[in-house]
Amino acid sequence: MSSPLPKRESPGNAPATKLVVVGNGMAGVACVEQILRHAPKFEITIFGDETHLNYNRILLSSVLAGEKSPDDIVLNGRDWYEQNKIDLKLGVRIIDVNPIAKTVTGDDGSTTSFDKLLLATGSIPIIPSIEDVMKDGVFVFRNLDDTRSLLQRARPGIKAVVIGGGLLGLEAARGLQVQGCEVTVVHLMDTLMERQLDPAGGNYLATKMNSLGITVLLDLSTTAVLGNGKVERVQFKGGGSIPADLVVVAAGIRPNVELGHKARLEIKRGIVVNDYMETSHPDIFAVGECVQHNNICYGLVAPLLEQGKVLAATITGNKGPTYQGTIPASKLKIMGVDVFSAGDFNEKADGKEMVRYEDPSQGIYKKLTLKNGKLAGAILVGDTSDSHRYMEWLRSETDLTSMRRQLLFPEPSADMGLDVAQMPDGETVCGCMGVTKGTIIRAIHDKGVSTLAQLKECTRASSGCGSCTSLCQQLLKAVVPEFEEESKKVICKCIPFAEGNLREILRSQQLKSVQQVLEIYGNGLGCEICKPALSYMLDMLWCGDHEEDRSARFINDRVHANIQKDGTFSVIPRMRGGVTSSAELRRIADVADKYHVPMVKVTGSQRIDLLGIKKADLPQVWADLGMPSGQAYTKGVRMVKTCVGTEFCRFGVQDSTNAGIELERRFENLFTPHKLKMGVVGCPRNCAEATVKDIGLVGQEGSWQVVVGGAAGKKVRKADLLVTVESTEHALEAAAVFFQYYRENANYLERTYDFVERVGIEKVRKDTVYATAAAKQDLLTRLRKSKEHSYDAWLERETLNHPTQFLQIRPMKKEEVLI
Amino acid sequence: MNHAAEENRVWIAIARAQDLPLREGRVVAIGDREIAVFNLGERIFAIANHCPHKNGPLADGMLSGGVVVCPLHARKFDLETGKGTNALSAEQCLETFPSRLNGGIVFLAISKQSATTDGIPNPCLDHGDGEFWNTQSENVNR
Repeated sequence: MSSPLPKRESPGNAPATKLVVVGNGMAGVACVEQILRHAPKFEITIFGDETHLNYNRILLSSVLAGEKSPDDIVLNGRDWYEQNKIDLKLGVRIIDVNPIAKTVTGDDGSTTSFDKLLLATGSIPIIPSIEDVMKDGVFVFRNLDDTRSLLQRARPGIKAVVIGGGLLGLEAARGLQVQGCEVTVVHLMDTLMERQLDPAGGNYLATKMNSLGITVLLDLSTTAVLGNGKVERVQFKGGGSIPADLVVVAAGIRPNVELGHKARLEIKRGIVVNDYMETSHPDIFAVGECVQHNNICYGLVAPLLEQGKVLAATITGNKGPTYQGTIPASKLKIMGVDVFSAGDFNEKADGKEMVRYEDPSQGIYKKLTLKNGKLAGAILVGDTSDSHRYMEWLRSETDLTSMRRQLLFPEPSADMGLDVAQMPDGETVCGCMGVTKGTIIRAIHDKGVSTLAQLKECTRASSGCGSCTSLCQQLLKAVVPEFEEESKKVICKCIPFAEGNLREILRSQQLKSVQQVLEIYGNGLGCEICKPALSYMLDMLWCGDHEEDRSARFINDRVHANIQKDGTFSVIPRMRGGVTSSAELRRIADVADKYHVPMVKVTGSQRIDLLGIKKADLPQVWADLGMPSGQAYTKGVRMVKTCVGTEFCRFGVQDSTNAGIELERRFENLFTPHKLKMGVVGCPRNCAEATVKDIGLVGQEGSWQVVVGGAAGKKVRKADLLVTVESTEHALEAAAVFFQYYRENANYLERTYDFVERVGIEKVRKDTVYATAAAKQDLLTRLRKSKEHSYDAWLERETLNHPTQFLQIRPMKKEEVLI
Repeated sequence: MNHAAEENRVWIAIARAQDLPLREGRVVAIGDREIAVFNLGERIFAIANHCPHKNGPLADGMLSGGVVVCPLHARKFDLETGKGTNALSAEQCLETFPSRLNGGIVFLAISKQSATTDGIPNPCLDHGDGEFWNTQSENVNR
């Protein structure tokens, strides 16, 4: 809340007015919040037929898509009801209203009397007349229970059919697909979201849905649900049918006016209200999706908030403000599928003009309609970054004559803060929660808000669909001196997201191949910068359980050797801890002879490098060596350099050699954001240079120092102390926790020394060795999973990654072609 | 390509399309020249294999759409035109070779002079007499 809610006084001499609210949804509770601001002498009872606290219904699709948990979308916690002395009755459905006796009756048999009644009963799904539509396996998608049932049924591989290609149907479709279902959307009309989009915009959206892997069938009427006992197929007009294990009916909503009828209110489509939000009964009010104002029933969030403010004034005896209707605006909440629509976008009616932009290769479509020099409507598909500008033009009815050249593309402002500076204080930033720029600025100044999380808590801005997040961040940046925006650097222009965002997208959207990511979120092509980065992220996020695409890897990672200036390769077998044997050395010598290796060299990492190997010889060289890959060619775990420690050295106080071998065994074959080198030394003399390694263990009398972020390359940096522990096992565990933390949080190509400096060693410690046992366990579990999926790359000599991995081509003979 | 040039070249079968992995390059030696061949799904491209900078093997390069990136020093070349596309390679242009697909076999067009196929017994050549060629174009996409 932007201002503390006034404490309600206990009833004095005058008896408190009994206000009964039917409906514990967004409209009812938002209206009660507004009523409380007037500090009335009200005794409030709220009935909710669901058993949940008030939650943000528009985020149900995020729950279905696994982006949010049911708890994340709760708007008013139980403490809010308690603080405001509201009697909350959950799981009770009001089934009757007596407008004369002024009582309501619940389905539990209870009767409650009221002085004033507020109906906020919302809407109910329209179930089209489809034969056998109540069959097992057919769902609607309207509340949290529906969402939970869907989540229970949705499993990888099952076939889901969504009937209805509107906002809700498409969001349900994407959610089910993220859960692994094969999804088909069947839409009666020939355009998706025809209430919000014109046919061209609908086409762009259909293309985007198809690229996500969702089948869209248009202009198709569903006639029956077939199946023995439970749904097996869905049948269409004309007789065609498709298989279905699960059906979601999302064919629209209609106002839930049942209680309005019982109360004998005037009803058309919805409960009729006037500009003061009064119904035909002086003590009965209604708000939200169940009402009809000026012949319009709304199914969006913004109108119910505006209605709630007016109703609160009227019902508390402060009658004056009026509701004048809301410009309809909607956004599709599917990550990566940006769709915005507002106002009247039909340019064919009453002398409207149209301005349009399309770029099919980028999937961007923008259309504005203008009337008398003012914006009348807007459609944006593929890029909704300007939606707040258009919304404001619609609301303020700005004359656009002087801006005609910049309607679709604002002139880039040199000053990044200018964009927000130009916004008037009254402009709405968060359309879902109705928060203006002025409210946000006041929260920052008066309440010391300085982070996005605090802003959400204090004003609720950006806690709805989240599309105004970047705008909120810009405001914070402009007003809060110490505000630090989360890393915004994008990888490259092929896929313009910051790495942190991208990791979140890949995770929540269950994307498992580079090409899929590029097609949905990028330009479909990719380049030498983003493809390896995406390959790394997918491997790390899915712990190796992803679709490995070698065309998205550098040549070194296709043939598991390091390309040299003449196109030959360097081969370095793994020699854990720098320890080898006479048998290994003999095989290395034999390989050097057999393949006429021009140079055999001891590396700086205590290993042996065979330089000048031809690509065609690589698989046989690995077989002849009979040793694992040393990964000396990749952004991955290189090696552990060790000294001889207690085993032979006079000064050694820890068994560094064996600790190093064990460390190498635990991390080998894994990818990291950049190459990762380690060292273990048995005493502080540091012979194996552990303090200039990415991860180092420094043995001391009775303990190990675990150090991280060291470097001796282009940059020289002494590693920071992460922690000191007593046992070798604890040292290995601390190293593992840091190792996985770096893998999950560093940007691609960020060495540990840059990572540690960027994040700060205190935060690194807090998130790793000082983290809760559960958090540490989570890191270790994911590391273990990755390790289970990893393998020695040189085994691909036998188990090829793809059949043509090492295939050479040459001009073909006539007889080969003529077969 | 004009008629004279058309007459002066020969089509050489170099691989089954299915042996060219999607979006990766492979090198083929024809006589004493090396050609990098790329399968872009809807089309196959062929370009001289050696980067003019330091001879880097372009067949080992990663693709950035229809552009190959040299694995040694990241010079970039357009597969269609052979032209350098980044600041490092801007002034350079590499030879490219027309490709055709017939019966699942990839053919490259090479000028007759350089089409020495010594060392390949009985190479499959098509001199344009239609022996191997039909006019139907095929889609490589698998």
